[in-house]
Amino acid sequence: MKVIMSGNEAIARGAYEGGARFASAYPGTPSTEILENMPQYGESVYSEWAPNEKVATEAAVGASIAGVRSFCAMKHVGMNVAADPIFTFAYTGVTGGFVMVVADDPGQHSSQNEQDNRNTAKGAKLLMLEPSDSQESKDFMKKAFALSEQMDMPVLFHVTTRICHSKGIVELGEREEADVPDYTPKITKYVTAPANAKKLRATLEDRLAAAEAYACDCEFNKVEMYDTKIGVITSGVSYQYAKETFGEGASYLKLGLTNPLPDALIKDFCSKVDKVYIVEEMDPYLEEHVKMLGIECTGKDLIPHYDELNTDIVRKSFLGIEPETYTSDVKTVVRPPALCAGCPHRGLFYALSKRKGLMITGDIGCYTLGANAPLNALHSCICMGASISQGHGASIALKDAGKATKVVSVIGDSTFFHTGVNSLMDAVYNGGHNLSIILDNRITGMTGHQQNPGTGYTLMGKEAPEVDIPALCRAIGVKDDNIITVNPNHLDEVNAALDKLLPKDEPCVLITRWPCVLKKFSKQDLEEFPTLHKTQCKIDQDKCKNCKLCVKTGCPALISTKSKVVVDVTSCNGCTVCKQVCPFKAIEEVTL
Amino acid sequence: MSEVKNILLVGVGGQGTILASKILTSGLMKAGYDVKMSEIHGMSQRGGSVSTQVRYGDKVLSPIVGKGSADVIVAFEEMEALRWLDHLKIGGKMVINEYQIQPVPVNLGVAEYPEGIIDHLKGICQVQAFKAADIATELGNPKAMNVVLLGALIKAIGGLDDIDWMAEIEANVKPKFVELNKKAFRAGYELTAE
Repeated sequence: MKVIMSGNEAIARGAYEGGARFASAYPGTPSTEILENMPQYGESVYSEWAPNEKVATEAAVGASIAGVRSFCAMKHVGMNVAADPIFTFAYTGVTGGFVMVVADDPGQHSSQNEQDNRNTAKGAKLLMLEPSDSQESKDFMKKAFALSEQMDMPVLFHVTTRICHSKGIVELGEREEADVPDYTPKITKYVTAPANAKKLRATLEDRLAAAEAYACDCEFNKVEMYDTKIGVITSGVSYQYAKETFGEGASYLKLGLTNPLPDALIKDFCSKVDKVYIVEEMDPYLEEHVKMLGIECTGKDLIPHYDELNTDIVRKSFLGIEPETYTSDVKTVVRPPALCAGCPHRGLFYALSKRKGLMITGDIGCYTLGANAPLNALHSCICMGASISQGHGASIALKDAGKATKVVSVIGDSTFFHTGVNSLMDAVYNGGHNLSIILDNRITGMTGHQQNPGTGYTLMGKEAPEVDIPALCRAIGVKDDNIITVNPNHLDEVNAALDKLLPKDEPCVLITRWPCVLKKFSKQDLEEFPTLHKTQCKIDQDKCKNCKLCVKTGCPALISTKSKVVVDVTSCNGCTVCKQVCPFKAIEEVTL
Repeated sequence: MSEVKNILLVGVGGQGTILASKILTSGLMKAGYDVKMSEIHGMSQRGGSVSTQVRYGDKVLSPIVGKGSADVIVAFEEMEALRWLDHLKIGGKMVINEYQIQPVPVNLGVAEYPEGIIDHLKGICQVQAFKAADIATELGNPKAMNVVLLGALIKAIGGLDDIDWMAEIEANVKPKFVELNKKAFRAGYELTAE
């Protein structure tokens, strides 16, 4: 049967067909939909959201050691979090086939950096597969589990945003069940105390050599011979851009197994063509290897080292051809993303934006948008969980230097569970004095609403215990008196809590608890937050002085023109932050 | 080998191009075409510019529609039509929803929304513009705007009349919205020049 699937849907399907029985992930664009698509195969494959990528990887590693085919999935920066287990799991090898899906984001569509994890596969000494479309995403994933077992190596399944989020036609196959052996301990294989690990390090070289021999003659690496004046070496989605650029005017070595690279195959291909072009996104991963083999080739001299590739760029780089286009001298206005109308983060950031003398460390999530105009109330965003630890370091350092600046750290619920909780431990243990604000919007919001340990549900839809955030903070050692929970839509509540906690010279936690406006509300949500979506705001144009103070909240439901401000009834969710900031009482809340 | 046709659906995050592109790609696949579609999710969804790119033909390689190559651009919002103008093929068609969404810098008074975009574009390329939201509202629900635009797109690109679009609507839309969306598709189709 043929269906249209995104790369992510196809990877999920491939895992099902390949006999996987265990899957774990932390959501992250562009990888999120892989695990979101697993519950449909729930009768055959167990799947779960883990609190972070390291935990997800370790859970899948455990399943593999137990003899079960398993996989984990993450965005590119998640691989950094998961680096600890995977660099050593490479030594031990697998029992059940193991695949780590890593989705890079060239062009930084939704990411804080652009890292090429092909280098990580090489550094960690993992087998690496790279599909070039949805069909290959399904087919390669299906075969990855048996390959992992055959080579006794974990597989890094490398994809990029354009593979994950593009759809193409996929011919489906049947599931191949893999037997689960009775468990027997393999202590010398899996206990990586130095005595064992040194031996494993040596056998890893043997496994890599065997894998390279396999790579030279396998279905993943294909030679397509046409005109031999140009030979293109490429992998992943770059193959599509190269083929579209050169057509049958060049021959291709299309690599799908890209660590270890097939030296003999590369040398043979290059000997049959007049000149060699390397077409790849981001780092010169293939190019450096080909050059190391002593083969002259052209790649990054012409193709940019960063940003996403496309056919236009490849064509312009190698052929100097640019398409004819229509042009206009009228300038468009950019559309920076903004916190949604009714977003519960707006009230908090508005309150913070009105206070002087703060350093506000931020984190990864929708609330990073609190840094944008007009709020400008978030000053740093580096990585998951960093707001509290950075804030801790900054608060100690500033105080030691005799500065009066108060440090506030802003983190979402899911990010707090990810790695923020360790940071809070650091701040409490070491007597820090930054104010940690946990924005509990009852869901993992940014990536499109995934359950997490605080929401009461699992990926597969089962009810689950909820983490009690105030109790957790108390258990870490934050004093009960220093923990306050507020409704962030009520500015007076937020300000009263800030007035109480900001002057304190010890670790404090403020929890803003209100659901993401885009969330599909659970029964518990509707009970706890009964006013959700029941009202809207309306501006009384007779009372309005057009002072634009409401617009300074940055709410996209307020449509401001030179002459007036009106509320867009299709987007207002009745959070009433605009009403609270209006000095003329011109905004009223109307019940729907 | 038949030439690959390129379609761009552009708009603002939250306008909902997903259903229109789902019906479109499903119909194209059943008609025997190779189809690829690309869209980027993530941060850009929060009120940013969004695009769905659809390519079909005997064999499609890249999922991305290049500059100067779109046979038809369907713009759900006026300024987005202008933003993507350089992707239109010379001689290609623009289908524009007469609808404006103010970006944040305009709201804050630091930038101005360009005036007269549709007339400006009419002086550059072939443009079909209408108020899809009004048409959908007349039919019973403003949310059917996207299927009005899909009907317009099918007519504008041409050569796809043999595909059973009504069956695709039935397969992809909730039962209670099927009749509304069928009407919306026909309304968009009949409004548009080939």
